Amino acid sequence: MGDNPSRSENASAGDLGVTARHARGAGTGVSPSSFEEPPFGGGGALPKKTRFGMEAGFRGLSVAAGAMVLVIIVAIAVFLISKAVPAIRADNENFLTFNQWFPNETEPRFGIAVLAFGTVLTSIIALLVAVPIALGIALFLSHYAPKRLATPLGFIIDLLAAVPSVVFGLWGRDVFLEPVRNFSAWLNEYFGWIPIFGGDGPFGRSVLLGSLVLAIMVLPIVTSLSREVFLQTPTMNEEAALALGATKWEMVRTSVIPYGKPGVIAAVMLGLGRALGETIALALTLGIVFNISFNVIENGGNSIAANIANAFGEANETGRGALIASGLVLFAITLVVNMAARAIIYRRREFRDSAA
Amino acid sequence: MAKRIEASNVSSYYGSFKAIDSVSMVVEPKTITALIGPSGCGKSTFLRSINRMHEVLPNARIEGSLTIDEQNIYDPDVDVTAVRRLIGMVFQRPNPFPTMSIYENVVAGLKLNGVKKKSVLDDAAEQSLKSANLWNEVKDRLGRPGAGLSGGQQQRLCIARTIAVEPQVVLMDEPCSALDPISTLAIEDLMFKLKDRFTIIIVTHNMQQAARVSDKTGFFSIDKTGDPGRLIEYDDTQKIFSNPNEKKTEDYITGRFG
Ligand SMILES: Nc1ncnc2c1ncn2[C@@H]1O[C@H](COP(=O)(O)OP(=O)(O)O)[C@@H](O)[C@H]1O
Ligand SMILES: [Mg+2]
Repeated sequence: MGDNPSRSENASAGDLGVTARHARGAGTGVSPSSFEEPPFGGGGALPKKTRFGMEAGFRGLSVAAGAMVLVIIVAIAVFLISKAVPAIRADNENFLTFNQWFPNETEPRFGIAVLAFGTVLTSIIALLVAVPIALGIALFLSHYAPKRLATPLGFIIDLLAAVPSVVFGLWGRDVFLEPVRNFSAWLNEYFGWIPIFGGDGPFGRSVLLGSLVLAIMVLPIVTSLSREVFLQTPTMNEEAALALGATKWEMVRTSVIPYGKPGVIAAVMLGLGRALGETIALALTLGIVFNISFNVIENGGNSIAANIANAFGEANETGRGALIASGLVLFAITLVVNMAARAIIYRRREFRDSAA
Repeated sequence: MAKRIEASNVSSYYGSFKAIDSVSMVVEPKTITALIGPSGCGKSTFLRSINRMHEVLPNARIEGSLTIDEQNIYDPDVDVTAVRRLIGMVFQRPNPFPTMSIYENVVAGLKLNGVKKKSVLDDAAEQSLKSANLWNEVKDRLGRPGAGLSGGQQQRLCIARTIAVEPQVVLMDEPCSALDPISTLAIEDLMFKLKDRFTIIIVTHNMQQAARVSDKTGFFSIDKTGDPGRLIEYDDTQKIFSNPNEKKTEDYITGRFG
C-alpha cells in the first residue's frame, strides 16, 4: 500500500499515452477525407485529428469533477473558519489551554484542552487494545485458519464493521457498562496504586468504557484491511523463507509482516481516524466531565466529537462557533496523525518501490 | 559437505492429480545433475519434492521414498525445517526479501537459525557473497535494498542467501530463465565453482546449458496432458546428448518434439 502513490503516478502517465494514441486512432477513422483517399498507403494528406472527440469530452468531465471537489472543500473550509474565528475572538480565555466549556454565557469562556486530551486519550487506548487483537485475528485468518473457517469468520468481522455506531453506543451504555464497572472495581482494588486505576469511584461511565467500545468498533476495519494485505504477500517471498528452513511463524515474521507493514500502518490510521471522529458512541458511554485526568476507570472522560453532539442543541451563536472551532481542532489532529503515518510509510519507501 | 540423494518410485500429487509417476534416480555428491523436458512434465514438482517444498501447497503429497545419505527425508520424525536447511533451493524468479537490504537478505537464513553474533553474520555474508561472485559488485552498498539489484545480481543474491546456511544440496529451478545471456553465463560459472562444495540439481529449459554444466542429465516427459510426468532416461550428460538410449530423448534433444 505504501507504493500506491508512485503506482498511480505511473498509471496516469500510462493513461495519457493511451489517450493520445486513441485520439489519433479516432482521427484516422472519422476523418472526412478518408472516403476519397485511403488513410494509409502512399500519396494523400495525413488525416486531420478530430477537434471535439470523446477523449476531449471525458477529459473535460474529469477535470470538472476534480475542480468541483476542490471548490466544495474550499467552500466548507471558508464557512467553518468564518464561524469559528468570531467565536474564538469572543472567548475570554485562551482557547487552546482553558479547560472549561461555557461559550453560551454573556462572557463566553471556553477552551479545547479537556476535549482534545479526551479525544486523543480514548483513541490511543482504543488502538492499544484493538490493534494487537486485530493483527492476531488477521494473521490467523490469512495464514493459519483452514479456508472453511477463515471465509465465514472474515465475513462476520466485515459485518461488524457495518454496525452503526449508535448501536455500539447503546450497547456500551446499557449492556457493557456493568461488566466494565465490575472490572474497574477489581482493577481499583488490586492495582489502585497505579494512578490510572486509582480513585474512589464511582466507576463505569469512564474513559475505559468509551475506549473499549471504540476498540470494538475499530477492530473490524483494522482486521479486514490487515488481512487483505497479509493475503497479498507474494507466494515467492513466503516460499523463499520456507526454503531457508523457516517455521510457519518465522515465515510470517520474515516475509508476511514486513511486506504488510505499510498496509497495516494505513489500516491502523484508518482505525484511528474512526476512533478520533467517533461521536455518538462516546457521547453515550463517557461520563462527560470537564477535567484533565489520566484516571481511566472513574466516571468521566470527554471528547471533541461527543461534546459537539451533546452541546450543539443548546448552543447560541457563539456556542455554535465554539463547537465549530473545536471541530477544526479535531480536523487538525486527524491531519497531523495522517501525515505522521505517511511519513512512516515513506521512510522505507525505496525498499518497497524496488520490490515490484 | 555434499550428500547423496536417492529417490525411489517417487510419485507426487496435487490433490487427486498425479503430477509425476514413479521417479527413481540417484544423485551423487559434488555433481551437477540437470533435469530437462517439456513444460508441465513435472520437473519442478520433482525438485520441490526433494526439499519437501511440495507439501507447502494444500493437498499436495508424495508417495515413494527419498533419502539423503540413507536418511529418509520424509520420516515422520524428521523436522521439515532441518530438511530444507540441508537442501537449499533457488527459484525460477529471483525472490530476495523485498523489505530487506542486501546484507539482511544474505544473513536471513542464519538469523532464522538463531545466529546473532555480528562478527559471525558479517563473515558469513562476505563469504557467501564472494562464493556467489557478487561481493565485488555490492560490497560498497550492502545496506541498499536487495530488490534494487539487476535480475542477474538478484539471482546471485538468492544463491548467496541459499548457500549462507551451508546446505548439502542446492536445488535450482530454472535459475536463468528470467536472465539475460551474460547473467546466465555468470550463474553457470558460479555453478562450476559451487560444485566443489555442494550437490547441485538444476532444472533447465536450455539444452545447451544442460550440456555445458551438468555431469548427469535426466529427461522427463509426458505422453499427453493430464498424464503424470515420467523420468524417461537418466544417464551421463555426454551419453544423453550424443547417443541416448530412448527414441523420445533423442527426439527432444534434436528438437523434433516439445
Ligand atoms: N500448484 C499446483 N496445483 C495443481 N497442479 C499443479 C500445480 N503446480 C503444477 N501443477 C501441475 O503439475 C504438472 C507438473 O508441473 P510442473 O512440475 O510445474 O512442470 P515443469 O516444471 O516440468 O514445467 C503440470 O501438469 C501442472 O499443471
Ligand atoms: Mg517448472
